[in-house]
Amino acid sequence: MSAHDPHYLPTYLPAGLPVPVPEADGLSAPYWEGLRRNELLAQHCEHCGTWQFGPEWICHACHRFDPAWSPIAPRGIIYSWERVWHPSHASLRGHGPYLVVLVELPQAGNIRMLGNLLGDPLQEVRIGAAVEGVFEHHPDSDPPYSLLQWKTTS
Amino acid sequence: MTANSLRGRVALIGVGETTYYKHGQSPDAEFKLALKAILAACADAGIDARSIDGFSSYANDRSDPSRLAAALGLPQLRVALMQWGGGGGGCAAAVANGAAAIAAGLTECVVVFRSLAQGQHGRFGQAASGGTVSGDMAYQMPYGVLAPPQKFAMRVRRYMHEHGIRQEALRAIALASYHHAQANPRAVMYGKPLDAERYDASRWIVEPFHLYDCCMENDGAAAVILVAAERAKDFPQKPVYLLGAATGSDHRAGAQPHNAPLYAGASFTTVARDLYRMAGVHAADVGVVQSYENFTGGVLMALAEHGLFQPDEANEFLTMENLTAPSGRLPLNTSGGNLAECYMHGFELVLEAVRQVRGTSTSQAARNDVALVVGGPMVTPVSSLLLGSEATL
Repeated sequence: MSAHDPHYLPTYLPAGLPVPVPEADGLSAPYWEGLRRNELLAQHCEHCGTWQFGPEWICHACHRFDPAWSPIAPRGIIYSWERVWHPSHASLRGHGPYLVVLVELPQAGNIRMLGNLLGDPLQEVRIGAAVEGVFEHHPDSDPPYSLLQWKTTS
Repeated sequence: MTANSLRGRVALIGVGETTYYKHGQSPDAEFKLALKAILAACADAGIDARSIDGFSSYANDRSDPSRLAAALGLPQLRVALMQWGGGGGGCAAAVANGAAAIAAGLTECVVVFRSLAQGQHGRFGQAASGGTVSGDMAYQMPYGVLAPPQKFAMRVRRYMHEHGIRQEALRAIALASYHHAQANPRAVMYGKPLDAERYDASRWIVEPFHLYDCCMENDGAAAVILVAAERAKDFPQKPVYLLGAATGSDHRAGAQPHNAPLYAGASFTTVARDLYRMAGVHAADVGVVQSYENFTGGVLMALAEHGLFQPDEANEFLTMENLTAPSGRLPLNTSGGNLAECYMHGFELVLEAVRQVRGTSTSQAARNDVALVVGGPMVTPVSSLLLGSEATL
């Protein structure tokens, strides 16, 4: 697929889906800011070592407030997956099936993250397969944002 | 029985519903639907609506109790109860909360209800367009995980992977609901049977959910009247008693996004344990079950978590023969449920459980002394109820 392909999209899904922004209280702001500079961050409690995602104001294991954010290598394994056929949003009508994977990060306490699995949407997907992250930037969105997508590593 | 239990302390004396419509087709306003269902339940119970002094609902029902009390001219409003969060997971909790308020002496006659006119107020199954999103859904919507089918399919996929469960198990759940709906004139899918070939040929919504694995979206309202058990025999219907109720969810079920430790599950592991303990019965005592089908896969996991079969036995247990009234091992969703009677966010299941214990279902189960109702699976908090006949007290 290239920019000359009439079906070419610079992003996995068409534009028009809701734009992710931090909450008014800023809880997830470090995560979203990290993605914009190709960095994956999750909370990692300095006191007890617990990884936590999504973020919260307190560590669920030791109850220290404001767990620190630590970088994680964007690699994981597929914990579950789905192939979506029915468009639940106007911008997806006519787009065809797409893949969503739930990726577990063993190097970060087995926290899980959602993303799209890049490549053929009809590919066979295997729970347990290794994947690596691909940062997907949306600089022309208002406001701009970035996502973390996944591709299988063989 | 201990003093801090609801076992046998509250009776369900009346049930009523409006006509059930496809979504957007109700000729009545949502609030009018609520009033009609409440009056129908009062008529069934043989009471004047002015006897009601409490309301209980869930899923942020829009029919406000104070407005209902004013509209009905109630002499006194005592309790106005709303279960937090969890959408249809609260359908059994709303009964539990009303019953608890009666047992605690806060109120005497509670109507538990749900009213829905999705044509007037938007649907669960379609996401709003454009704009920004924060919090849990910010980690999902930009990836196309927008509505309940996409939010729950990955839990079911993981469970099927862990336990070797085949698509045919989900199919049997859908076929059982449609089979029972063919005997129920109230059902939106009455006269519209489903067979295995049609299920297999139906389009995918989200793998592993075909079209028929997903609930409908509907308009209507349904209501149940509760009073203290001592009064149960003052009313015309065969008394139906609350044996047990439980609500909640297991460890960090609410860890967003998709980070619940027991991800491959329906959130009932602690709830089912509490339910059976309060009711003083075992899974083997359950004769008939109404289990909320947001998606068939949720029913699969919820029934296993209620101990009705082991996960690794699901393929063998979940068959049409076992799931259909009158004499299957465990007749399931005998009114047609959310798939084929009406998606009243599960409240139609509570009414059907009452009818089963009375012996008046359109698909009556042979074993009907103990009836289980399971609220919306895979959310938090979830809830379940056990209802019983006088013989079970």
